[in-house]
Amino acid sequence: MGIEELVASLGDNILTTTLGKVVGWGRGNSVWPAQFGLACCAIEMISTATAGVDIARFGSEAFRASPRQSDLMIVSGRVSQKMAPVLRVVYDQMPEPKWVISMGACASTGGVFNNYALLQGVDKIVPVDVYIPGCPPRPEDLLNALMILQERIKAQGIIPLP
Amino acid sequence: MIKSPSPGVTVTRTGEQGAFGGELLTVNFGPHHPSTHGVLRLIVDLDGEQIKRVVPVIGYLHTGIEKQMEALRWQQGVVVTDRHDYLSPPINNLAYALAVERLMGVEVPPRAQVLRVIMSELTRLASHLVWMGTSGLELGAMSMLMYCFRERDTIMDMNEEISGFRMHTSYIRPGGVMADSTPRFLEMLDQFIRDMPGHIDEYEDLLTMNPIWRSRTIGIGRLTPEDAKVLGATGPMLRGSGVAWDLRKSIPYSGYENYDFEIAVSNDCDCYGRYLVRIKEMREAVKILRQALDKIPDGPVNVDDRKMLPPPREELETSMEAVIHHFKLFTEGYSVPPGDVYVAVESGRGENGCYIVSDGTHKPRRVKFRSASFVNLQALERMALNHMVADLIAIIGTADAVLGDVDR
Repeated sequence: MGIEELVASLGDNILTTTLGKVVGWGRGNSVWPAQFGLACCAIEMISTATAGVDIARFGSEAFRASPRQSDLMIVSGRVSQKMAPVLRVVYDQMPEPKWVISMGACASTGGVFNNYALLQGVDKIVPVDVYIPGCPPRPEDLLNALMILQERIKAQGIIPLP
Repeated sequence: MIKSPSPGVTVTRTGEQGAFGGELLTVNFGPHHPSTHGVLRLIVDLDGEQIKRVVPVIGYLHTGIEKQMEALRWQQGVVVTDRHDYLSPPINNLAYALAVERLMGVEVPPRAQVLRVIMSELTRLASHLVWMGTSGLELGAMSMLMYCFRERDTIMDMNEEISGFRMHTSYIRPGGVMADSTPRFLEMLDQFIRDMPGHIDEYEDLLTMNPIWRSRTIGIGRLTPEDAKVLGATGPMLRGSGVAWDLRKSIPYSGYENYDFEIAVSNDCDCYGRYLVRIKEMREAVKILRQALDKIPDGPVNVDDRKMLPPPREELETSMEAVIHHFKLFTEGYSVPPGDVYVAVESGRGENGCYIVSDGTHKPRRVKFRSASFVNLQALERMALNHMVADLIAIIGTADAVLGDVDR
């Protein structure tokens, strides 16, 4: 059935839903990540955006160069002590509502590098919604994390202000 | 914690007078900037749009890899070498493995040597593909990313077939390689070698005569052969300045002297020259892969030394000695004779060296990586001087610094 026929059959009908559901549906299907590559995982993040796995299918192909235009921060790689304040500034510049995916073992826990130079898990400085294991995770893993996050955003609807 | 500036681009006035009657402006470029190939931060002084000074600020990805290796046993260190230059893991493995083997006085079997060459050349291709895709993207040729990553994914599938992992394979280890190649890997490699020259033609169709690409790269980022040598540049940076220096030819390792290939050189001395060098290197890499596949010998892929590598699984059930060796290797590892050694290999970015010091125990006393990206970054100011600020993107792009390699 073409869209014109569909519209014709609907006529002047009204769709009823809750505002939370519509907003959640809209937000969940257009999560724009900040273009924030750190290390090895960033290469797999780029792979996720290319034709092979194609993150565009989930409405997240618009990697924004400015944190002010993005909803999602994918912490792709190891975060050094020197980078940590920068990462926090980028996170603070993102408008609410915002989400964080911690991509890979280094971002989640420090990975194999239990030493003086690395932050042992990015959740020490920003709240993380989804953790992805792997070093680096496959592009499919990142897509899976995005789908988990989408489910959560859709279920969340409108978050009341504290 | 160290105080850091705003991560994007910030501008401050210096008070110095420029040549055009205006004031010099200091522009902070990065560390969070989409075009710096990672987390490079540059402090650029601008007169109008002309670059007068460039100071790279590094260390935003400092991982403490060299220190970490002192806490790991010799065979565990391989895993960490993967992660410093994350676009060419097997080549890093190779530098480390060759250094350890030289201290121990071990020679790996011929089949392992050929497999090492195959993995190195596949990685060189993958590294150049990532370079071409991202540099193309930054200079406006967005489709390059899609094409280049398509072939890179084929290489990643091959990595997965031979080692079980896409990027950080840890495939090349002291004493040989992780496992023998599977028949399917060799089939995939054969198909890849058939397809790749056509794909490289495709990239050339898109870029070599592309007027936008040419105007953004020709005459931009000039580096004279003398400067390149003085500043210690290696790899495509040096060869793009007309100096025919390739460690695979000048100090052959892993049997590279048995392959017939040419050193890719360009006398253009600019960004375009470095692009041509990389294209030529990709073609040469395919040539080497073909020769390696045709003459791959049969035989073992690891040294026959129970003190260095674990015995095969089936021996464990029949031999008490094998069980002891197995237990010793996985509890305390092997020890390397005291001494120090420096081994350098040619990675996609240049001379990738590994200097190790052993005090005779089962852990390294010191491991130092001579990373090509770090040294190549020195030439950045020489290349960028008096260019427009927009050209800085092309210059950083063709310098191909991997920040994991710079900061380690």
